[in-house]
Amino acid sequence: MSARAARRDRPDQGRPSPWALLLNNRLAAAGLVILSAVVLLALAAPLLPLQPPDVTEPAERLKRPLAEGHLLGTDDLGRDLLSRLLWGTRVSLAVGLSATLIAAFFGSLIGLVAGYAGGRTDSLLMRGIDLVMAFPYILLALAIVAVLGPGLLNALYAIAVVNIPFFARNIRGVTLGLARREFVDAARLSGKSHLLIVVTEILPNVLPVIVITMSTTLGWMILETAGLSFLGLGAQPPQADLGSMLGEGRKLLFTAPHVSVIPGLMIFLVVMSINLLGDGIRDVLDPRLKSGALARPSARTEVRRERVPPEPEADPGRVVSVAGLETQFRIGREVYRAVGGVDFRLASGECLGLVGESGSGKSVTALSLAGLVPSPPGRIVGGRVDFEGRDLLAASDAEIRSLRGGKLAHVFQDPLATLHPLFTVGDQLVEAIRAHQPLSRAEARERAHALLGQVRIPNPAARAEAYPHELSGGMRQRVSIAMALANDASLLIADEPTTALDVTVQAQVLKLLDGLRAERDTAVLFITHDFGVVSELCDRIAVMYAGRIVETGETQAVMAAPAHPYTRMLIDCVPVLGQPGRRLDAIPGLPPPVNRLPEGCAFAERCPRAQDDCRAGEVPLEPLAAGVADGRAVRCLHPIVEDEKKEPAE
Amino acid sequence: MLYVAKRLLAMIPILLGLTVVVFGMMALIPGDPATAILGSYATPENVERLNRQLGLDRPLWEQYLVWLGNILEGDFGRSYSLNRPVIDEVLERFSATLLLAGAALLLCSVLGLLAGAVSAVRQFGWADRTITFLVLIGISLPSFWLGLLLILLFAVELQWLPASGMVAIYGGGGPLDILTHLILPACTLAVVATGVIARLTRASMLEVLRQDYIRTARAKGLSERRVIYRHAFTAALVTVIPVIGIQAGFVLGGAVYIETVFQWPGIGAMLVKAISTRDLLLVQGGVLVVAASYVLFNLAADLLQSALDPRLKG
Repeated sequence: MSARAARRDRPDQGRPSPWALLLNNRLAAAGLVILSAVVLLALAAPLLPLQPPDVTEPAERLKRPLAEGHLLGTDDLGRDLLSRLLWGTRVSLAVGLSATLIAAFFGSLIGLVAGYAGGRTDSLLMRGIDLVMAFPYILLALAIVAVLGPGLLNALYAIAVVNIPFFARNIRGVTLGLARREFVDAARLSGKSHLLIVVTEILPNVLPVIVITMSTTLGWMILETAGLSFLGLGAQPPQADLGSMLGEGRKLLFTAPHVSVIPGLMIFLVVMSINLLGDGIRDVLDPRLKSGALARPSARTEVRRERVPPEPEADPGRVVSVAGLETQFRIGREVYRAVGGVDFRLASGECLGLVGESGSGKSVTALSLAGLVPSPPGRIVGGRVDFEGRDLLAASDAEIRSLRGGKLAHVFQDPLATLHPLFTVGDQLVEAIRAHQPLSRAEARERAHALLGQVRIPNPAARAEAYPHELSGGMRQRVSIAMALANDASLLIADEPTTALDVTVQAQVLKLLDGLRAERDTAVLFITHDFGVVSELCDRIAVMYAGRIVETGETQAVMAAPAHPYTRMLIDCVPVLGQPGRRLDAIPGLPPPVNRLPEGCAFAERCPRAQDDCRAGEVPLEPLAAGVADGRAVRCLHPIVEDEKKEPAE
Repeated sequence: MLYVAKRLLAMIPILLGLTVVVFGMMALIPGDPATAILGSYATPENVERLNRQLGLDRPLWEQYLVWLGNILEGDFGRSYSLNRPVIDEVLERFSATLLLAGAALLLCSVLGLLAGAVSAVRQFGWADRTITFLVLIGISLPSFWLGLLLILLFAVELQWLPASGMVAIYGGGGPLDILTHLILPACTLAVVATGVIARLTRASMLEVLRQDYIRTARAKGLSERRVIYRHAFTAALVTVIPVIGIQAGFVLGGAVYIETVFQWPGIGAMLVKAISTRDLLLVQGGVLVVAASYVLFNLAADLLQSALDPRLKG
């Protein structure tokens, strides 16, 4: 979650122009170069010193390519193939482009009207479009040609008609969204006519979609018109396009293959260059569609440590020790320091609350332990995590895998998104059990039912057959918890497990977690932004800000007397029943972007107590009262001390 | 079961819509059938009599209902160029097309899904680059040209496979004989659809691999292979299946080219010939049967998708 927030902060300054972006895409640029060359040659055909394309010369028939006077050879009537190729390309390009324009015009018109009018007009038009799409693409074109009769112009119409639905659907979708936007309402209220609104307000916003759809369909349309000509249903002799040249040459396939191979190669070049260019245009105009370009997260966060703290002294009661943990996100040249040196320890049966706003680095900290931060762009650059007698950041992939879901278990925020939607919850539980225990399917299923019972799910055997979407939010989260408990974890990392639930369910789930912790002596790392939740569940808390812990201590002590101004403001944000007059203002300002952390204290900009020395040098996390070993520490040069507490903060 | 019944019922208006479109198109054809049949020297009385016999003097919607009734009884009329009932010719030819299109569809689904998944898992690696490049070439290739190239290579140069037809002229007809004849046309027909499916599978896999439930699968301690091929691939498959259904339409349509190139005795080649001889009843019958089969392919894809995705049944 924090990773996503960090990514959103990415500055967009100095975004290059669309042309520059297009040319930066090497493949798109290659497509543009090939296409331009072909188009220029085709346009220049009347000016070039070519032989006339239709003049037959029986003496010169079936010359091979590179023959004297005929660079690409001749066909069975002695016509010069180079000349015919360029003239044929002219025809094919013109026909493909015209078909695209016709389809774009009528398709966009239908899409705009349907999307803007909505209601019955919309459903009537779209029914019609669906009907056209119910036919196999080329078959419908064939049927139209059958009705109109063979001929180049009829082939053009046929291909245009069968492509109208692509435009109508895409444009209708976008228009539908736009037609309900504020600026359209405003235009309507100002008395503009519908026509004017569609043309001046909606069309400019829809134009990129039209261009994208044109660039993706132009290639097909050239291909399909060539196909119809190839079948003898398009261009009729003596007129020739690339398709009909190919179709005529086919009769000579065994004796003079070049007559058919050459025009086919030209079709391929044209279509491929258009497709390359089209992909590039789509990526530039609609970066969201570029999903394939997003890096896929690897199985484990990349670890490249620049700083490794020494091994902590042995302590039998301790479950996990985290020291100097630093996790970054690298996107382009920017480095986001999501976690900037975090230390904490957890004893068995203990619950530590990691608290902070979104973007504070608490989730990334939690995910870093088992290497679950998506990588790329995530990378752990420092620190160590000692768990089960080894440093997790140095452990092998196999070791990490056996710990995940075993001794080290997770419960995540939104169980609808975190449970697999296509498998029953029982199957998912069985899978979790069998990943770590050598049980048969039946034994594991029995164990799964028992676990579901332990998290107070009534009628577990029946519920195990349910899919996640069939359960309520609270039930789903119980399933997640059961999954985390499947293999007797010694450390449970709960990342905002109750945030997506409503308040009464929240309380039940918290109670359940607390009970299980007491029963099994599991250590719990509880991530939340909610102080109310923390005070119910956690023995200790650590407050995070801009990737670092700014205050830590026993929950009661911190809640009663927060020492860091940030903690104080966070606690003040919590509403308390029966105190309606309480200030509930949000903290003014925003956390600093973690790729541009200021020098000194990261909170100084928003802090009412900030002084000049706060903005220079490193502020250490130091014990609040020297010599008192209560674990209370604060990262502040001017903490709120005891005598100031008189001011009515509550 | 209820879901299946609902989907089956939803097919009826689509099928009816298809018949309306086909009937409407045929009605739009300029010219007077009676004059066409009787020749331009026919007397007006004869033309009128024939029109009455053919039912052409009645209103259009009545003509449609009669026509639809005939179609439902399997009476598609008589092909004048072949002088046999349209339905016989169409069904005979359709089985050949179904074999070709089915083989191509199987081929493109398996190869496309495989290539797309490998491409996503090895994102930015050499396998991904190679597959992405091949896909780009595949979706830009004119299939009718590719067919010719394959004939030149495998039938003329190497002489491994037959160049055309469905069975050998002498002593052919066995399953193995048909299979060797099937390889080239089926592969040619599958190329474009393979590219489309591979592209989509790759994008879908990459999208799925970023989902929270994949993180959960990893957090459970599952092996990476299980995470990718069970958790991610199943989820990606659900989004790809409808596209495979749509590809069935491109494969059925593309069969027109391939059957012409390889002289495969299917419905596509029949249609092309029927259009040039203006045998419109044959065109009409062929279009109706292929379009209806496309609706069935899409239904199959729908049902398969809902079998995999329980959320769709609700």
